[in-house]
Amino acid sequence: MIEIQQLTKIYGAGASSFKALDDVSVTINSNEFFTLLGPSGCGKTTLLRAIAGFVDPTAGSILLNGKDLLSSPPYTRPVNTVFQNYALFPHMSVKQNIAFGLEMLDKPKSEVEQTTQQMMALVRMTEMADRQVSEISGGQQQRVALARALAPKPQVLLLDEPLSALDFKLRKEMQIELKRLQQDTGITFVFVTHDQEEALTMSDRIAVMNAGHILQIGSPREIYNQPAERFVADFIGESNFVSADIVEQRDDGVQVRFSNQQTTLAQSTASSPKSGKVTVAIRPEHARLSNSDEQPLLSGELKQVVYFGTDTHYQIILEDGSDFVLRRQNSPGQSIDMATGEKLGLMFEPGVAQILAD
Amino acid sequence: MSDIGLLREKEASKRRWMLLSPSLLVLVLFASGPLLIVLVYSFLQSGDYGGVVWNFSTQAWFNVVAEKDFFDETIKFSDAHLSIFWRSVRLSLLTTLAAIAVGFPTAYFIATRPKAQRDYWMLLIIIPFWTNLLIRTFAVMEIIRNEGVINSVLLGIGLIDTPIQMLYTEFAIMLGMVYVYLPLMVLPLYASMERLDFSLVEAAYDLYATRWRVLRKVILPLVKPGLVAGAILVFVPSLGAYVTPRVLGGGKQLMLGNLIELQFGQGRNWPLGAALSITLLVIVMTALMIYVRNAEKDGGQHG
Repeated sequence: MIEIQQLTKIYGAGASSFKALDDVSVTINSNEFFTLLGPSGCGKTTLLRAIAGFVDPTAGSILLNGKDLLSSPPYTRPVNTVFQNYALFPHMSVKQNIAFGLEMLDKPKSEVEQTTQQMMALVRMTEMADRQVSEISGGQQQRVALARALAPKPQVLLLDEPLSALDFKLRKEMQIELKRLQQDTGITFVFVTHDQEEALTMSDRIAVMNAGHILQIGSPREIYNQPAERFVADFIGESNFVSADIVEQRDDGVQVRFSNQQTTLAQSTASSPKSGKVTVAIRPEHARLSNSDEQPLLSGELKQVVYFGTDTHYQIILEDGSDFVLRRQNSPGQSIDMATGEKLGLMFEPGVAQILAD
Repeated sequence: MSDIGLLREKEASKRRWMLLSPSLLVLVLFASGPLLIVLVYSFLQSGDYGGVVWNFSTQAWFNVVAEKDFFDETIKFSDAHLSIFWRSVRLSLLTTLAAIAVGFPTAYFIATRPKAQRDYWMLLIIIPFWTNLLIRTFAVMEIIRNEGVINSVLLGIGLIDTPIQMLYTEFAIMLGMVYVYLPLMVLPLYASMERLDFSLVEAAYDLYATRWRVLRKVILPLVKPGLVAGAILVFVPSLGAYVTPRVLGGGKQLMLGNLIELQFGQGRNWPLGAALSITLLVIVMTALMIYVRNAEKDGGQHG
């Protein structure tokens, strides 16, 4: 278990100083696939490097299983890193790279050999053992970096955007591979990425970061379905933002009223406002076009229809002038017989709208 | 091949030689030519007042390593020459090692500065290089002579009673050579360290390597080309150094360069000077060849 308490990192001093981490607290459980997700410059890599020991925090503490980590140098922390550019040693073979950590721990020769063989088998690189790292492909380098970091059996594996240099197909394969490795080894993975899809598919829990803060921590489902803040709703997946007034708090949610006087049941989080004007988020795929016999919740004018293969996006301008995107899955034989400028009604189920804390 | 093809091939070959001829001319006139003259001179008789007499003789080569006793005509090893050879090689090796010891941390320090600062640090290293060699050597003399900076300070604070004799010793020569040739060590080392990916250093730290092991297992192997280039650039001119041993060694601690100069000057033995020059060349070539052999063996191991 990693306990990060009130961690702050300030680069520089005076007017030019920059707060990379601002009072960040989070607890990462053992055997968890934990993802730090956020745009570049949000502090996720700084947090990862603080755990690894390459960044000296300005304030706060990091405990690993109750023991203070910050007082020990990187080479005594039972934590290994898979670097973004892999950082494989170019003067060593695949096998020598993987064995490096074990040799530095002064493990007996037989154990080094045995574990190295195991690791090469685990990442399916046994045949490449004697190749130089410059002679193998990007995906293979990635696997060697993974094996090298896993070989010393660290308590925590840190992964700094390890898949960002791979092409789309390989990335998909490695996502599944990483998840498998995490489950097989039972090691805690702390994964840094700016790719929301990657975060959603692999993680047990995600921490969404922006501007040195953690905005929300939760399972992929929670983060996607119940974003607490506008930034989270916008960064992960797509969202429509609609203004509304809170009518009343109920046991099953919060009744809100749109500017057209229609009401719907919305969900709230602990941090969202309890009364007054709010913004609600609605996912594009959670809305549908209303039938002729229904009273629509929102209505507007069709601006554009964009075909995406698996689904179609309908860009709509609502009555209050704001944009709304509706996504509908395509099915064979379905025709798009709508012209731009046509009046449309929108429906969504109770509990779909999410009240934001902004 | 058809006749036309053959003709074209001939034309192309002729053109290649034409294009190469200017550089070949320069090489023959200014590189191999003078060397050839030196080689020829080493097999001639010496003139009484300098110069050479055009008679074939191996006397000079004999004198490089041996001498005939003036009275009883017995042949024995030329102790004077051998000790000068040995001093030259020894001092050059020590100079190279000292230059590595000083230059490596310096280059590392500069390579780890922010990019905008590095050029200024490098400038500080290079500025002495733009200064006249003689002036730099006299500057070292000023620091280490008996009435110089170091002895004055030590005497002043009462740490010593009599000045330490540093000038006109082998130490003085070595110090001077390290100072003079240090930029030649720092420049190639810095060049290879600047290209060093410091995430590799982080990766090694991360994988439980202590500072010393990071240096030995990761940094050293990766900057080896720069280290070797620097070592050659310092060792070779040290071996033939003339001004530094002359000024700081005070004519007592001769090195090969001084010995050669002596033959062409006061000694009036040009063939011996030529033979000694060739000997110096052979020593350098041998050292380089040993290195290249080892490098090839290394390369073979690592694929």
